[in-house]
Amino acid sequence: MLVHSRGARWALWAVFLVLFLPLFALPLLVVLGASFATHWSSVLPSGPTLANYRSATRGEALQALTTSLLTAAGASLLALATGTWAALAGAALGKRAKRVLDALFVLPVAVPSVVVGLSVLVAFSQPPLLLNGTRWIVILAHTVLVTAFAHQSVSAAVTRLDPAYEQAAASLGARPAQVLWRIRLPLLLPSLTAAAGLCFALSMGELSATMMLYPPDWTPLPVLIYAATDRGALFSGSAVAVVLMAATLLVLFAVSRVRTRASYR
Amino acid sequence: MSIRFDSVTVAYDGNVVLDSLDLTVEPGEVMALLGPSGSGKTTALRAVAGFVRPASGRVLLGGRDVTDLPPYRRGIGMVVQQYALFPHMRVDENVAFGLKARGAARSEIRQRVGEALEMTGMAAYARRHPRELSGGQQQRVAIARALAIRPGVLLLDEPLSALDARLRSGMLAELARLHRELPDVSMLYVTHDQVEALTLADRIAVMDKARLRACGTPRELYRAPADAFTASFVGGANLLPVTVGADGVDLAGREVKVDTAGAVAGARATLCVRPHLIGLGAGPNQLTGVVQEIQWRGATHRVHVKVGEHDVMADVRELREPPARGTEVALHFAAADAVLLPEGVGHG
Repeated sequence: MLVHSRGARWALWAVFLVLFLPLFALPLLVVLGASFATHWSSVLPSGPTLANYRSATRGEALQALTTSLLTAAGASLLALATGTWAALAGAALGKRAKRVLDALFVLPVAVPSVVVGLSVLVAFSQPPLLLNGTRWIVILAHTVLVTAFAHQSVSAAVTRLDPAYEQAAASLGARPAQVLWRIRLPLLLPSLTAAAGLCFALSMGELSATMMLYPPDWTPLPVLIYAATDRGALFSGSAVAVVLMAATLLVLFAVSRVRTRASYR
Repeated sequence: MSIRFDSVTVAYDGNVVLDSLDLTVEPGEVMALLGPSGSGKTTALRAVAGFVRPASGRVLLGGRDVTDLPPYRRGIGMVVQQYALFPHMRVDENVAFGLKARGAARSEIRQRVGEALEMTGMAAYARRHPRELSGGQQQRVAIARALAIRPGVLLLDEPLSALDARLRSGMLAELARLHRELPDVSMLYVTHDQVEALTLADRIAVMDKARLRACGTPRELYRAPADAFTASFVGGANLLPVTVGADGVDLAGREVKVDTAGAVAGARATLCVRPHLIGLGAGPNQLTGVVQEIQWRGATHRVHVKVGEHDVMADVRELREPPARGTEVALHFAAADAVLLPEGVGHG
């Protein structure tokens, strides 16, 4: 450890707690508390109830959860495929071409997601590609938004990949496709799953672009939470938020289990 | 299978790293490419493997021009310094990789993997992952993996450099045994270690600054090196500037009797004498000088003596009473043990 004296260590912990608790932990605890409450007029919430959760796990909310999970799964898989493809292709490019490619893929992150949402809306509201009003426009917008992260983390891993493995495989007679499927992708698996988890989490929480695009039969959870808070139903909204959080964390946990099994060294 | 370099030149961004190399490795021969780092020896090996493209010249394997073939169609076994075992595969899967890539039958794969692991003494580790093996074991697996595809040519790129000294001499003996068991496999062995080259190679190609400096059997290079660089890189040598006389040479005003055949009287030249061929005490071709440094190396003493303005190293059998620093000693060597080289550049 960098700090040796006991006092200094305690001081550091204190600073960490003072900064961390109010900024990160307390807001989440507040939502958790509110989700079990009917009133919150004094310091602590009151009127403990499970009714919020009853409504948050059935009917409209349950459908929204399924919608969110499907959207996130679809978007992160698509993003992973395109991002990985681009990262692998970028590694074979020259320096300047690779820089252009990287810049193109960072664009959706650099541009506000509202703008991305609007441009997707404008672009796909007319034939030949009329996606407006279908679920595909939501999935597409999420894919555009999260591909940047997939591309970035996979291309960082591709650069770190030791070319000695590919060369050993090639010298043993493996064609480029075999090298890709049997050597490169397995070695990239840990960062692929990490990227998938990141994309999934981002997509689960996406609101600003979704707001502009979602059709009535494809309402993701964040939209539902926003609608609930908008009409003042803070407590039932909190319960839905906790469900969203739990579902996301559960999926991330499952993905990280795959990752630990896939990391070889 | 023979390997032939036909004036192979390799350049990166206009920087020539291998300058028109002409070299032939006969079928079943072990050729060591010996040289300091940056001498182009690894580039030459990678040109055979297909990982660098010659700017000009051709590479032939068994008489077939492979210059334009991709690596996976060359049928070469390769072993590198860092082993490059696939970390996500077990030992037997690593060894089977090349056979599977070629679409070999399952029964054949099993049999050949068994053979290759048996040959390298790794059969007991077939179900382990590479990370569970020591460096020496990993290198054995890498060799087994390269041999499983039964290549006509085995390329070894500093295969022992990552191992410690004791393991290295053991592996060197193993490689010599493998070569005896596989007499048809040509080996191209890249190393900067002259001991490895002298021990293992049928012939040594000495490289320096992207060029081939000399090529010959270890004995030829050691006994009669063609130039000063080869002499000092293969075995180490005292290189003394001399002037050629009528029946000997003039070393700092002293007449030394050596064979001057082929040299023009009056020309400047370099006299090469191996340190272990110089004796301490009076004798023929005697030089006297002051002891600068004396190192005890167990079985031998290395004595650095300043003769005139030249440093002369002598390796003598361990002395019971070594001379102290600063004392005057006499050195001698047999005329037959000295080689006269054209005046030339040594290192650098």
